[in-house]
Amino acid sequence: MNIIEMTATELSAAIRAGKATAVEAAEAMLTRIEQQDKILNCYVTVDSEGALKQAKEVQAKIEAGELTGPLAGVPMAVKDNMCTEGVLTTCSSKILGNFVPTYTAEAVLQLKKAGAVILGKTNMDEFAMGSTTETSAYGVTRNPWNTDHVPGGSSGGSAAAVAAGECFYALGSDTGGSIRQPASYCGTVGMKPTYGTVSRYGLIAYGSSLDQIGPLSKDVADCATVLTAIASHDAKDSTSVERRDTDFTSALVEDVKGMRIGIPKDYFGAGLDEEVKEAVLKAARELEEKGAVVEHFDLSLVEYAIPAYYTIAAAEASSNLERFDGIKYGYRTEDYAGLHNMYKKSRSEGFGEEVKRRIMLGSFVLSSGYYDAYYLKALRVKALIKKVFDEAFAKYDVILGPVAPTTAPKLGESLSDPIKMYLGDIYTIAVNLAGLPGISIPCGKDKNRLPIGLQLIGDCFQEKKLIQTAYTYERSRGMFRLTKECTESIHTEQEGQCHEQNL
Amino acid sequence: MSKIYETVIGLEVHVELATKTKIFCGCSTAFGAEPNTQTCPVCTGMPGSLPVLNKQVLEYAIAVGLATNCEITRYAKFDRKNYFYPDNPQNYQISQLYLPICRNGGVEIETKEGGRKTVGIHEIHMEEDAGKLIHDEWEDCSLVDYNRSGVPLIEIVSEPDMRSAEEVIAYLEKLRLIIQYLGASDCKLQEGSMRADVNLSVREVGAEEFGTRTEMKNLNSFKAISRAIAGETERQIDLIESGEKVIQETRRWDDTKGESYAMRSKEDAQDYRYFPDPDLVPIAVSDEMLEQIREKQPEFRTEKMKRYKEEFDIPDYDIEIITGDKHMADIFEAACAICGQPKKVSNWLMGETLRLMKEKETDASDLRFSPENLAKLIALTDSKAINGSVAKEVFEVMFEENVDPERYVEEKGLKTVNDEGALRKTIEEVIAGNPQSVEDYRNGKEKAIGFLVGQTMKAMKGKADPAMVNQVLREML
Repeated sequence: MNIIEMTATELSAAIRAGKATAVEAAEAMLTRIEQQDKILNCYVTVDSEGALKQAKEVQAKIEAGELTGPLAGVPMAVKDNMCTEGVLTTCSSKILGNFVPTYTAEAVLQLKKAGAVILGKTNMDEFAMGSTTETSAYGVTRNPWNTDHVPGGSSGGSAAAVAAGECFYALGSDTGGSIRQPASYCGTVGMKPTYGTVSRYGLIAYGSSLDQIGPLSKDVADCATVLTAIASHDAKDSTSVERRDTDFTSALVEDVKGMRIGIPKDYFGAGLDEEVKEAVLKAARELEEKGAVVEHFDLSLVEYAIPAYYTIAAAEASSNLERFDGIKYGYRTEDYAGLHNMYKKSRSEGFGEEVKRRIMLGSFVLSSGYYDAYYLKALRVKALIKKVFDEAFAKYDVILGPVAPTTAPKLGESLSDPIKMYLGDIYTIAVNLAGLPGISIPCGKDKNRLPIGLQLIGDCFQEKKLIQTAYTYERSRGMFRLTKECTESIHTEQEGQCHEQNL
Repeated sequence: MSKIYETVIGLEVHVELATKTKIFCGCSTAFGAEPNTQTCPVCTGMPGSLPVLNKQVLEYAIAVGLATNCEITRYAKFDRKNYFYPDNPQNYQISQLYLPICRNGGVEIETKEGGRKTVGIHEIHMEEDAGKLIHDEWEDCSLVDYNRSGVPLIEIVSEPDMRSAEEVIAYLEKLRLIIQYLGASDCKLQEGSMRADVNLSVREVGAEEFGTRTEMKNLNSFKAISRAIAGETERQIDLIESGEKVIQETRRWDDTKGESYAMRSKEDAQDYRYFPDPDLVPIAVSDEMLEQIREKQPEFRTEKMKRYKEEFDIPDYDIEIITGDKHMADIFEAACAICGQPKKVSNWLMGETLRLMKEKETDASDLRFSPENLAKLIALTDSKAINGSVAKEVFEVMFEENVDPERYVEEKGLKTVNDEGALRKTIEEVIAGNPQSVEDYRNGKEKAIGFLVGQTMKAMKGKADPAMVNQVLREML
C-alpha cells in the first residue's frame, strides 16, 4: 500500500515490521505538503528540517527496540495554538507572528514520548475564534474535498491536513466544536474528550473552562490510539483529572448490542439541512440494525446553549487575551506615544476583527453592572445544561445527532454574518458547556461531494462507549478514505487555475 | 465655634508570605537575585502557561485566619482582577473577591486609656504580587523584573474600627506578632513584607454616618503612618470647616515632605471586571485540613507571656520585650534550655542586645547570634574564664557574626590569666612605673587603687579577673 493511504496505526506497524521507515514517511508527507499546500494552506509553519531530524532519531530508537508503541515514527501535525519549543506558534494571529515558545505543550510532549514526528503547525481561526478558518491572519485553508469551500474551524488546518494526506493525524482543540465541526466538514474523525482528560498546559487559552485538546484522525482506531497517548494527569494543570483506565484502544470492539442510543428531537428542527438529516438518521438505523436500542427524546434548553456559550467563552477570552500587549513578546506597533497608546495600537493592529469583536463582547459582559445579568446568568444556564445531560445519560449510553446543520459552506459566505456563523455551533457547544466527550465521524456526502459528520456524545469519562459505537458504525459503513479522491480534485483544480492564468 | 471631630480608620494590610516558592509556580521567592532569574512561563505570563496553587499559601492564610478569629470559607475561589500594567505579566492579577478564604474575624488591642477593644477583620484574601518596574531615566526606557511576580500575599482588610494612630499601630503590632509567631511572614514595613494602606474619614463626634474616606498609600514605617494619619485628619477637617467636600480618592503620602497628594479619584477608578479564574479549581477546605492547621498553631504571645511569668523568674518588662519578637523569644527559650539561667539570658537580651540593636539599627527578627553561642558565653563568664568586659567585647562580635565564643576567646587569647606568677610580675611593673599612685594609696587615698587596677588590666590586655587583680595589688602594696 502507498504510505500516504495508510492510517497512523497501519504505518507504525509497517515501520515496526521494517516495511517502511519513519524517514520515508516524513519525506512522503513533506513532498505532499510541497505539492498541495500552496492551494490548501493547511500549515502556518512546516518544520521540514526538524521533522526529518526527529524521524531519524525515532527510527533509530524503533530499531533499537526503545520505541515500540503504535504511534512511533508516525508524522503528525499540531494546531498552531499549542506551544512547541523553538518552533513558531502564532495562533494564526498577527499579534503572535514572531512568537517562538520556550517550552512545549504537555499534550505534544506526550506524543513526542510516544515517538511522534511533528511536521509543523496547522492553520486555524485566529485564537480559535471562528468556525471556518477564515479568520486566520495567514490566509484561509481550503477544504480538500472542494477547494471553493471552507474546511470548518477553528481546527480547519488540522482537519484539512488529515483529509488531504498531509499528515497521518493531527491535534486540534475544541472550545465549542472546533475539532468536531472541521472533522465533519473534511470527512475525518475528530474527538473532544471529557474536560480535564488532556492537559491544557501549553495550549494558548481561548475559553479556559471549555477548551480541550483532542485528535483528528483518518479512522476511529487512530483516534483511540492518539487519545490513549495524550490523556494524562498533569500536575501543571489544576483542571486536569486523574483517570484510571486511559487505554481507549480496548474499546475498539465491533458490538453495540444493547447500547442505548438517544436521538434528541431538538437536534433535528429548523435549520438542519435535509441531506445532513438523512445521512445522520441512516447512520442511526445502521446502529439499530447492529443491535443498539435507538430512541428519540426531548433534550430541551438547546436554544440557550449558544447565548450562554458566547457569553462565557467571550468573557474568558477577553481576560485570557490581555497578556498579548506587545511588551513581553509578540507584535508591537512601530510608533506610539506612551504606554497606553502602545497597548492600544499594538492590540488594535495585532488582533483581527473577530477576535476584537469577542474581546469587546467579553469585556462588556464582565463589566460592573452587567456581570450578574450576563456572565452569572450564563453560568447558571451552563449548570442547567449539565443537568439536562445528566438526566439524559440516566437513560442513554450515547446521544446521537448531527455535528453541524449543513456541510461546509463556501469560502467568504460566513464572515459577513457572524450571528449566522455562531448559530452553526448549535449542536456542538452544549457538549463543551457540560464538559462532555463528543466524537465526529463521517457518515456520508452531500450532492456536492462534501462530507457529512455524525456526532456521538457521551457522559463524562465515557469515551469508551463513544469509541465502541463509532468503531462499530465505521465497520458497518465501510471505507471512507479520502486521500486519493481528494488529491485528484486538487490536481484538477490546479490545472483549471493554470488554465485561467494562461488566458 | 469649632466642632469636635473623630477620625475613623480602616486598614488594608498586605503581607508577603514566607513560602519558599511562589503562589502559582515552583520558582523561588528568595530576595535579591539577579533580575528575571527566578521566573518561568507561569510567572512571566507566557501563552499557554497555567497557575497551580501552592498549598503552603493556603495553609498560611487559614492559619492567620484562625489566629485572628475569622470564619474559614470552606468553598473558596480565586478571581481575576483585570488591569493593564507592565509589571503584571498576564494583565490580570489572580486574587480573591467573591469568596475570600477568611471572613468576619477580629483582634483585640489595648487602647491608650488602657482599655481593650476589638478591631474587626472584614476578610483575608490570597493574591499574587506583581513584578518590579525600573525606570531608567538615563537610557529613557523602562525595565521589568519578574522575580517578584507571583510572590504570595495575603491582604487583611479591617473594619473601620480604629479611631487614632495609636490604635492603628497597636492593631498592626498585633497582626505582626500573630503572623510572625506563625512563621508566615517576617512582617517588615520598611522592607515591604508588610504594607498598610490607610482608609480614613472624619466625622463629628456622635454622628451616625461615616464621612467620605480617602485611601492613603506608600506608608512604610509606623512613624510615617502616624504622621500621615495626623496630616490627613487635619486636611479633611480643614476642608469640612471651610465648607468644601472631601473627595473619595487614593492619595500618596510623601513622608519627607510630610504631605500627601491625590493619585486618582473614584471617578477614574478602573472597572477590574473581576470573575472567577477558570484555570484554578475552587478550593475545598476539608475538616481534616482545618484540624491539622488548628493543631499546628503555635503558642501566641499572650500565652507565651503567661507561661514566662510562671516559668521564669524575670521582670514583666523583660517578658514584654522578649516576647515582642518571636525570634528573640526563640533565642531566649533555647538559651535558657541549655544554660538553665533565665535571668542571665534575659540580662544579655535586655542589656547588650537592645543597646547594639539601637546602635546598629537592626530589628529583633534579624538577630544573628545563636542561643547555643549565647549559652556558651554565659558559661564562659560563669567559670570566670573571661571577665565581664571581655564578655561584652565577645558578644559584640557574636552580635555581628555569630562567632562561637569559646573558639573566639581561644583564638584571640582573651582568656583571663589565672597564672598568679604572671600577674604578680605585671603588678610589680605597674607599681614600679606609677610611684605617685602608690604613694597616694599608701597615704590613704583609696581611689588610687582603682587607677592601679586599671593600669594592671591594661597591661594584661584585659585578660585578668579584676577582683583577683584588686586582691593581689592590695597584698603587694
